[in-house]
Amino acid sequence: MLEALQFEFMRNALLAGLLTSVACGVIGTFVVVNRIVFLSGGIAHAAYGGIGLAFFFGLPFVVGTMGFALLVAMVMAVVTLKARHRSDTIIGVLWAIGMALGVILLDLTPGYNVDLMSFLFGSILTVPTSDLWLMLVMNILILLTVGYFYNDFLALSYDEDFAKVRGVRVEVLYFLLLAMVALSVVMIIRIVGLILVIALLTIPPYIAEKYSGSLRAMMFLSFLLSCFFTMVGLWISYFFNLTSGATIIMVAGVCFFISLFLELLRTRRPFSSGN
Amino acid sequence: MRDAIIEIRDLWFSFNSIPVLKEVNLTVRRGDFIALLGPNGGGKTTLLKLMLGLLRPDRGSIKVFNEPAGKSTHRIGYMPQHLDFNQSFPISVLDVVLMGKLRPGKGWSRYSHKDKLAAQKAMEQMEMWEFRNRRVGELSGGQQQRVFIARALVDEPEVLFLDEPTASVDTKHQTDLFDILKELNKTVTIIVVSHDVGIVSSHVKSVACVNQQLFYHDDSEITQEMLEMAYQCCPVDLVAHGMPHRVLQEHEDND
Repeated sequence: MLEALQFEFMRNALLAGLLTSVACGVIGTFVVVNRIVFLSGGIAHAAYGGIGLAFFFGLPFVVGTMGFALLVAMVMAVVTLKARHRSDTIIGVLWAIGMALGVILLDLTPGYNVDLMSFLFGSILTVPTSDLWLMLVMNILILLTVGYFYNDFLALSYDEDFAKVRGVRVEVLYFLLLAMVALSVVMIIRIVGLILVIALLTIPPYIAEKYSGSLRAMMFLSFLLSCFFTMVGLWISYFFNLTSGATIIMVAGVCFFISLFLELLRTRRPFSSGN
Repeated sequence: MRDAIIEIRDLWFSFNSIPVLKEVNLTVRRGDFIALLGPNGGGKTTLLKLMLGLLRPDRGSIKVFNEPAGKSTHRIGYMPQHLDFNQSFPISVLDVVLMGKLRPGKGWSRYSHKDKLAAQKAMEQMEMWEFRNRRVGELSGGQQQRVFIARALVDEPEVLFLDEPTASVDTKHQTDLFDILKELNKTVTIIVVSHDVGIVSSHVKSVACVNQQLFYHDDSEITQEMLEMAYQCCPVDLVAHGMPHRVLQEHEDND
């Protein structure tokens, strides 16, 4: 098993998985408890427009996707704050327009021959060292922001009206949260691709929520689960020569159903104990 | 005369251009214990949220402690409607109560020892201290209500706003809860939204019926006329509650 580690690409892949797991744990937790899964999916798919922009204007991949994902996240923040009852429709529209923009810009880019699949399903095995540094910086930014505003974010997530009455500036925090979702999404696209981002952002926190006594514990447990999924998925994909992103998600998916099954057993117990 | 804590003057509010509240006038004085009664969709919760500064009126003014609503955050305790809570949220009873001590924007701040002592005091008052490490979602409806009252009380507010505190609680606990509120009212002004006419009339000092307009009565006695005005098509049988019938005038006529 360890011989795979002699390859730099494998070491980088493992590190990328670990670094992404930090964002998955912390931001995924907020995505799940604030029920902004659909919105996060919208940001992830609209980010494809950023990929198109990056290629069309010859910008670095990260600059294009991150810039565009942040822009889309801010638009979605405005929309969900101003027109809450129609926000799901508008998120769906932005989701589709972002992707369409990406496809058209790639059509218009002369000599375009990049492997499209790597953006849709991830390319963890080709992560360069420079991207690892970038991921580290983004993680530090996310951890500092969440650490600084932890109590405010907790109040916002649990009881928005109460937070407002206490004087929390919930709008500002909401923009900040969606900006962090955009950063995380761009990071995770590297690992599992934009189609599978939502799985890695939601499955670990969903499982962790049941076994955590606090939001902090949920973040840490999600981080551990996310590490486990990416590591196990990576090894399986290496030995069976499968697409790494999809394999990681399948591992997470299997664990998701196991957790559902365990939950079913746990809640059934009081009824069967009488027999 | 006791000083006015909340002053509402000619308040109008609409939602998506459908009028919710019309020409509402109300003065809440220190030591009051007011129940806002009315039908579902009559605007009780909306009025409460306007007083808290969570909504802005279309017209008219709301002054809380002589400031526009939403400014005096540290002098207000708030207990939102129970239905709104995410029951699977991972948070302990202690952490919920400490939220009442939240000082926004104070980065890195963990709650101080003093905050924790205040939380303990509020939880002991609500008899919830032994549950401090439990997840809130695991508690019964009545226990959760006590936790949220403890959170509203922890910062020693001068006025307490409660939105349907007895929803999803059985009759025995409803009475217990209002007994607690009556005791609290010795030091704190209380405004409570409720749909339960019976329990309110035996505990509060005055009643306001809200159905687009506000009909205020400076007495806890609720009259048939008042309820018919407020509930319109569905008058409540008051004989069952043994309450006297008295003609009520609209508040603005009393001025």
